Amino acid sequence: MMQINGAQAVLKALEHEGVETVFGMPGGAILPVYDPLIESSIRHILVRHEQGAGHMASGYAHATGKPGVAIVTSGPAATNMVTALLDAMMDSIPMVCITGQVALPAIGTDAFQEADTTGITMSATKHNYLVTKVEDIPQVIHDAFHLATTGRPGPVLVDIPKDLVLPDAVFEWYEPTGHDLPGYNPKTEGDPASIAEAAKMIMAAKRPVIYSGGGILRSRAADELRTLAEMTDIPVVTTLMNRGGFPDDHELNLGMPGMHGNYTAVMAMQEADLLIALGARFDDRVTGARDKFAPDAKVIHVDIDPAELGKVRFAHVPIAGDAKSIITEMIKEIEKLGGADGQPDRDAWRQTLSGWQEKYPLVYGDHEPGKLLKPQFVIEKLAEACPPDTILCSGVGQHQMWASQYWTFNHPYTWINSGGLGTMGYSIPAAVGAKAGMPDRMVWAVDGDGCFQMTSQELITAAVEHIPVKVAILNNSWLGMVRQWQELFYDERFSETHFGSEIPNYKMWAEAMGCVGFRVDSPEEVVPTIQKANEINDRPVVIDFRTQAEENVYPMVPAGASNSEVLVDPSQRDADSSGETS
Amino acid sequence: MSHIPEFHTIVVRVENKAGVLARIAGLFSRRGFNIESLAVAPTDDDRFSRITIVVDVASTSIDQVVKQLDKLINVLEIRELDPETSVERELMMTTLSAPTPEARREIIDLVQIFDAQVLNVGFDQLMVSLVGSQRRLDDFEALLSRFGIIEIQRTGKIALSELAKVEPTES
Repeated sequence: MMQINGAQAVLKALEHEGVETVFGMPGGAILPVYDPLIESSIRHILVRHEQGAGHMASGYAHATGKPGVAIVTSGPAATNMVTALLDAMMDSIPMVCITGQVALPAIGTDAFQEADTTGITMSATKHNYLVTKVEDIPQVIHDAFHLATTGRPGPVLVDIPKDLVLPDAVFEWYEPTGHDLPGYNPKTEGDPASIAEAAKMIMAAKRPVIYSGGGILRSRAADELRTLAEMTDIPVVTTLMNRGGFPDDHELNLGMPGMHGNYTAVMAMQEADLLIALGARFDDRVTGARDKFAPDAKVIHVDIDPAELGKVRFAHVPIAGDAKSIITEMIKEIEKLGGADGQPDRDAWRQTLSGWQEKYPLVYGDHEPGKLLKPQFVIEKLAEACPPDTILCSGVGQHQMWASQYWTFNHPYTWINSGGLGTMGYSIPAAVGAKAGMPDRMVWAVDGDGCFQMTSQELITAAVEHIPVKVAILNNSWLGMVRQWQELFYDERFSETHFGSEIPNYKMWAEAMGCVGFRVDSPEEVVPTIQKANEINDRPVVIDFRTQAEENVYPMVPAGASNSEVLVDPSQRDADSSGETS
Repeated sequence: MSHIPEFHTIVVRVENKAGVLARIAGLFSRRGFNIESLAVAPTDDDRFSRITIVVDVASTSIDQVVKQLDKLINVLEIRELDPETSVERELMMTTLSAPTPEARREIIDLVQIFDAQVLNVGFDQLMVSLVGSQRRLDDFEALLSRFGIIEIQRTGKIALSELAKVEPTES
């Protein structure tokens, strides 16, 4: 029998769950856990800010499919973690966060660095625990990983008071086997009758669209999705959370739907008679004005989370369960009904779609002499210069939309961004986490200058820990997306969105953080500088791409408008219309 | 905007652990669900508690309330009770001003009519209690109000499913 103390138990429990890498920062209440870390097999990556640890864990989880783990102390460390937890919650990322807490007798006394961490994170986690007995540590951590990784994945927080991890808090180690979670029974198998019904609807539809969301990636169902699309010849839209879940160069891929989606993807959903929603949740950024969204469409809705079914849009056939298993069963049912041959003639629909694709492709203007770079051009060149399995991370804003639009995602798990919460500053720490988990893959972070200034300190982490990520700042000296809204909807009254163009000096800043820094002003320098960056593997690289501030993201569905009112690029608008295309 | 409440009664079996009530209350507030009343106590098996929640679903769907509750890890079971097929009770305790013999007499008359109880007698006040349906408690409260209610506490509704009146036939 082995006597072990609480701190050792935390690490042993993590090792027991197969954890290889954790992201964190020590501090008072968690300090005892950091002592046995010296002997542990776990790699600890020392961050510069706790939010960074959270996003790194998230990026790691996105890229590897394994739960990301963050360890931080109590009080301000825990509150710094809140953004990362909610981000992971909104995007269904499996994550376990361990926080230190003041000693049990001090809880509730407003002790130094005390925060009501479980109270504060209740709505930002799938579940959380305050451990009150040292011998509970192995079981609680085992349960935390189970909850984080099964059903609809999400972040789970374990708050551990300091007196439980002090050296004298010993107990007899045990390896937990089961879980005593009587209220937690995630359903993975779909209802067979509903799946059969869905298959019938698919076989009868004249204008069907597969609306594929992030659940495809979480369920690791990209192959099944492709089989379903190909056997039925039904076009697919890939939401921001499922970029890469279906190859961009596949002829059935219509691209990203939603506020800044491809015209064809937006309109295909709008005009569809059947939406086959697979692991998607009818987010407002996809639907636009809800009451005008896809007015003629019947809905098949597959989601692991029953609460998503009917939450936003009525589903004619709601199916709760795991996308991979349900799509597999759906394929069998479709085969029973005659497969591709049993479907109606969809030539007219195909022609409509290809007509839109021809008329409204994604476009941007040529470089204007004397002006700064076109951001879309930078993304296109970056994609061309990088291996196809490059992992691309992004922050939030215009650069995120251009990255999603102009990168070609042909492999799952190559696109990592903050979709639901829209967390500026996500990109760099997420890239560090992804690279830590996938060291052999090239990892690029596309960032805006606004985002970069929020979390760039994690490039110090990357430099010191030898995690050579690469960062492309699309630097337009503005909070670009907000600027775009002010231009279009606030009569060009640019309130507090200009960042200033010469401060900071990003090249010097990168160098000061132990990275290689470049600045690119002209289009001729774009490709050679990317090539230089791609040859550097011993340090992080930052390229400050100076981009044109007036460039806006199109297409665009104005907030609150119907998707039918999508604004295409000004160059594609008819002379007699104000920009609306229908 | 006028708001006509639409009350539903749901019974939730939860793990009897610290913080579970906060999780439920937090869920209701952040999803914009309105709680009309809530009663909670451990069951015969003290590992679990039973919560009766009366929720106003005029601006939300009962389906969403149930599904979101079901996502809470500590929630084991949720049932909606149809008032037509359930037996509902609530307890009310109230202290009334009764400075004169006439006032006392009238209050005691009402207590007898309603089958309520006098729990405590003061020199100028009476404490009474009533168990009954919400409607009956509402009526009692309305009739007592003219005496001057010093203090009142209602427990919120609790409910159980009605029992079968006929032995089910085997099929």
